[in-house]
Amino acid sequence: MKRVATPGLETQAVKEKARQGFLIGLPSIVYLIIFFIIPLGYVIAYSFATRSRSGRTELRDWNVDAYVRLGEDVVQAVAWRSLWIAALTTVICLLLAYPLAFYISTRRPVIRNLLLVGIMIPFWSNFLIRTYAWRVLLSSDGLFTKVVEGLGLGDGRILFTRPAVILGLVYGYLPFMVLPLYASIDRIDWSLVEGARDLYASGWKAFRRIVWPLSRPGVIAGSILVFVPSFGAYVTPAILGGNKESLMGSYIVDQFMDARNGPLGSSLSVLVLGVMLIGTMIYFRQGGRNL
Amino acid sequence: MNDSSSAVELKNVVKKFDEVTAVDDLDLTIGDGEFFSLLGPSGCGKTTTLRMIAGLELPTAGSVSIHGEEMGLKPPNKRPVNTVFQNYALFPHMTVAGNVEFGLQMQKVPKEKRSELIDWAISLVEMDGLSHRKPTQLSGGQQQRVALARALVNRPEVLLLDEPLGALDLKLRQQMQIELKNLQREVGITFVYVTHDQEEAVTMSDRIGVMHEGKLLQIGTPEDIYERPTTRFVADFIGRSNFLDATVASENEVVLSNGDRLQLQSDHETGESVAITVRPERLKIHKKGESSTDQHQLDGIVETVGYLGNAIVYSVSIDWMHLEVRSSETSNSRYSTGDEVTVSFDPRYVSVVSG
Repeated sequence: MKRVATPGLETQAVKEKARQGFLIGLPSIVYLIIFFIIPLGYVIAYSFATRSRSGRTELRDWNVDAYVRLGEDVVQAVAWRSLWIAALTTVICLLLAYPLAFYISTRRPVIRNLLLVGIMIPFWSNFLIRTYAWRVLLSSDGLFTKVVEGLGLGDGRILFTRPAVILGLVYGYLPFMVLPLYASIDRIDWSLVEGARDLYASGWKAFRRIVWPLSRPGVIAGSILVFVPSFGAYVTPAILGGNKESLMGSYIVDQFMDARNGPLGSSLSVLVLGVMLIGTMIYFRQGGRNL
Repeated sequence: MNDSSSAVELKNVVKKFDEVTAVDDLDLTIGDGEFFSLLGPSGCGKTTTLRMIAGLELPTAGSVSIHGEEMGLKPPNKRPVNTVFQNYALFPHMTVAGNVEFGLQMQKVPKEKRSELIDWAISLVEMDGLSHRKPTQLSGGQQQRVALARALVNRPEVLLLDEPLGALDLKLRQQMQIELKNLQREVGITFVYVTHDQEEAVTMSDRIGVMHEGKLLQIGTPEDIYERPTTRFVADFIGRSNFLDATVASENEVVLSNGDRLQLQSDHETGESVAITVRPERLKIHKKGESSTDQHQLDGIVETVGYLGNAIVYSVSIDWMHLEVRSSETSNSRYSTGDEVTVSFDPRYVSVVSG
């Protein structure tokens, strides 16, 4: 290769590239600082602030009282309940989504694309509206209730109960499980399954030893995408659970609105943020690199 | 061949994919301990045939038997065969040892016996010291060896190989051909080998079955196939060949299109138009008028000369066509373009095929 540029010119070109990159990124950097970094800073600052007798949050006398209160029984109960509901939602989503993703990825391309579009159709309408629609379906003379009772499966009136909350969460987050699962199952080379069958593996063994381990990046990604928002969910428990049980999301809102306890609301928010960060880190360490 | 000596037997096997017939009424018996190759161009149905033996495809009609036992609807895991796949299909999340162990685990071979067999298989393919590597950390040739070890460790009655050397470069391929052949002798397992490379098939096989458009055209030893092809396709596909148009005059005489008569046995009908095929290296080239011991001679003019190092290829134009002549005489009596020559051949090295 002929050398056309002197070393100095190359450095200049690299610097110029970096400058251009910064300029292109500038609008979003400004946006993120104003609407993300600054509010987040406020939340963190609030969590160490003092609550005045009138309920105002005052940015003085910095302390960790709000974090100490996270150890209280009431708060612990809310946190564990949220964790449990998020975990249950994740497991149910996984059980429903895996066969579906498997089915989709083994169809002809035309059918496959149709099904994938079908999975995404719900996103075309507002999440709040869809959640309210469930309230109609779950009402005491709603379709869901009638079908359940018609089939003799017992009392179908689950609105404003924990099952209704989980149903709503599963409904809302199922696509986030299906899509990464589909992506990783679709990438599996089927000749590996044939190879396993040829090496005396039954269909189930071939699944256990080949398909399942190779789809693990999708399982991890999907689980985190479902678990993290379920843990902090606010809308679904409010609309379908009727706020009978306090969950993380509604509990935080309560702190700011009713109890007027800004520091505790903020320390709870930091806790949720921490759980999400841990989840995201697991995702990047385990599955993220393969996605 | 009776059941006790046949490893694989296919009877009237047909395989259709929708309306496309991939394998058309195939009859084939492969002997125990034989190195048998299915040879043909891509899309001829050879891989489909192999997959039906493995149980990865089920025949539309006909039967597949292994060591006399009818396979019927048996899934691949219930058949005493193992396959070396074209792309190797090594499990990417397992080590070399893990891949080799897989089949043994599935057969519930006890742990001590397993590690013994793994060591045996890994040293058989000379991969010692690499058993903790993942497949992605291996070269193509090494992956090929692992695929082989993974299959052989199970001591299958029949080993099926689907173009196993296709992804390797020429030099490695030639080396592996020899190693595979030696390995097959060593372990004494029946090999059914699918390839589109005629040289590979000729070098390695005890017998070859040539396939074309789903049909088995000819089965025979490499020599049979090469020296006595029964169809024009086989003669053309295996090596190079000259085809001279001719008509059958009687059951032991054909007439070339220039009127020359040749004493040749054939089972074609009298009056049928056929072709006689003769290999370029079976043609001899002389100065015109120079005497030859061969019965048959054709006069022509040298058109092109190609030097190949160990041989010279002449294109000689005779009255009605060109002949390719391959001469191993590279130094003495060379001819050049425009020389008048005589091409002769011995009818023993000539076959009659359908026109």
